[in-house]
Amino acid sequence: MFVVAIGVLITRSPGWDEVKETFFNWDVFKDSFPEIAEAFLLNVKIFLIAEIFILVFALMLAVLRSLRGPAFFPLRALAVVYADFFRGVPTILVIAVLGFGAPALQLEGVPTDVVFWGIVSLVLVYTAYVSEVYRAGIESVHPSQDAAARSLGLTHGQSLRFVVLPQAVRRVIPPLLNDFIGLQKDTALVGTLGAVEAFNQSQIDASATFNYTPYLAAAVLFVAITIPLARFTDWLVARDRRRQLAAAGR
Amino acid sequence: MSVRGRRAELLIGACGAAIGVGIAALESGEALVLAATATGGRAAPAAAADLPGCATGSLNLVEDGQLTVGTDNPAFPPWFGGGEKNKPWKINDPATGMGFESAVAYAVARQLGFARDEVKWTYVPFLKSFAPGRKSFDFDINQISYSPERARAVAFSKSYYDVKQSVVVKKGTPIANVRSIAGLRKYKLGAQLGTTSYQYIVNQIKPTQKPGVFPQNTAAVNALKNGQIDGLVVDLPTAFFVTAVQVPNSKVLGQFPAKPGGEHFGMVFQKGNSLVGCVNKALDRLKANGALKAIERIWLRKATGAPVLQ
Repeated sequence: MFVVAIGVLITRSPGWDEVKETFFNWDVFKDSFPEIAEAFLLNVKIFLIAEIFILVFALMLAVLRSLRGPAFFPLRALAVVYADFFRGVPTILVIAVLGFGAPALQLEGVPTDVVFWGIVSLVLVYTAYVSEVYRAGIESVHPSQDAAARSLGLTHGQSLRFVVLPQAVRRVIPPLLNDFIGLQKDTALVGTLGAVEAFNQSQIDASATFNYTPYLAAAVLFVAITIPLARFTDWLVARDRRRQLAAAGR
Repeated sequence: MSVRGRRAELLIGACGAAIGVGIAALESGEALVLAATATGGRAAPAAAADLPGCATGSLNLVEDGQLTVGTDNPAFPPWFGGGEKNKPWKINDPATGMGFESAVAYAVARQLGFARDEVKWTYVPFLKSFAPGRKSFDFDINQISYSPERARAVAFSKSYYDVKQSVVVKKGTPIANVRSIAGLRKYKLGAQLGTTSYQYIVNQIKPTQKPGVFPQNTAAVNALKNGQIDGLVVDLPTAFFVTAVQVPNSKVLGQFPAKPGGEHFGMVFQKGNSLVGCVNKALDRLKANGALKAIERIWLRKATGAPVLQ
């Protein structure tokens, strides 16, 4: 009912015809879609490569932060500073500074490729966020699990590897997916460095035709990959729960 | 802005000041009445003869009594000049009347019967200039090229400048030896987002690698400096600014022949705005009495003389 009310309000407004022509033009959509879809492959490449590094580095960072004992204080402090800094700075600033600044140093062997620096920036920023997700997972595992593992003679490292982390990671699969979806959207920021990814391509088409429908085409593509991923995660979590309950029921 | 840019600005400003007075006299199309004022571009107090059917009071304006002109920020030379004066304008303040597009806007305004201080400038980001709904400006002058697709969304004035595209490269790089369009195809080119320069690359040059497309001029220029692109395609006047001020050790490799049908800049208006007819009459008069050519000669004097790549 509410949706119908909003729909009526929008289509009855005086500027609706112009907005419809500017944002929902089917011909422009058809013309621009193939190019935008091709450019979208760059977004896919960026987030697939980045996500692998993010999952690994973030786990390392979360484990560093969980190390106990005064000897490990510098490592814990480093992890805290890293997470605070890279969650604090806007992602687009990190991309701009690294993407424009690092090649400008003109050091031997430092790549100038904008996609490389875009991936590096996204990895740096998202590692900070995802490490906190892992940390939440680790801390949510009941301390008795770790205590039991230690009492069986496992070292802290072995306890983490065989007891705590398997449980922790399973618990935080939905938030991990959340951040992965966020990453997929943030690949659009790499366009500011000049890479022709989907959003940049849709801007190119929009300014060529003076029509905003290409933005819609890019949006459709982004949503299209999110939905299957979300359903896959739901299935993964449900399967995991089934196994846990089945084991408990024995 | 670099120190070199500042000095270039002051030089251009000083020349423009002296000549601006003469231009004002030319525009009015009447006996020369030179106003002896210190600032450049001050018009003679005598009013221009009215354009038929375009009495100042009868014009369709967003704000009565003033002509609201839009352009993007920063306002780059040679399109604008005079340095930064008022916020929020960076690099140049359009209200100085210096620079090609600023001079053209004030010349058109005078033909329409507006005094200098009745022209108000407003910041319009390029991507917003064609947004639907009521425009915040009477016209937008921002190196916007006419195209039939674009003319479906907004109204364009007649041409105030015929555009040539060109390519800027760094001296001493392999691309600097290229002498033909075919020779450019294997290099990584770049252009600014939203420009017909990008379309020129894709439709006329057809390189093997996808070109880089940058949201702002400064990003594209940086990419050239860093070697992330080999050649930057921009219109010819901008190319001279890039080589003179922004990228040391660069040169204009050459200009391109116009694409079929040519390319020109037009001012952008709200679709259906009757003002475009009066602005077109003003432009016709400025072309007929030589004022537009004179403005072009002062501000775009350097934008000639690059070899033509075939």
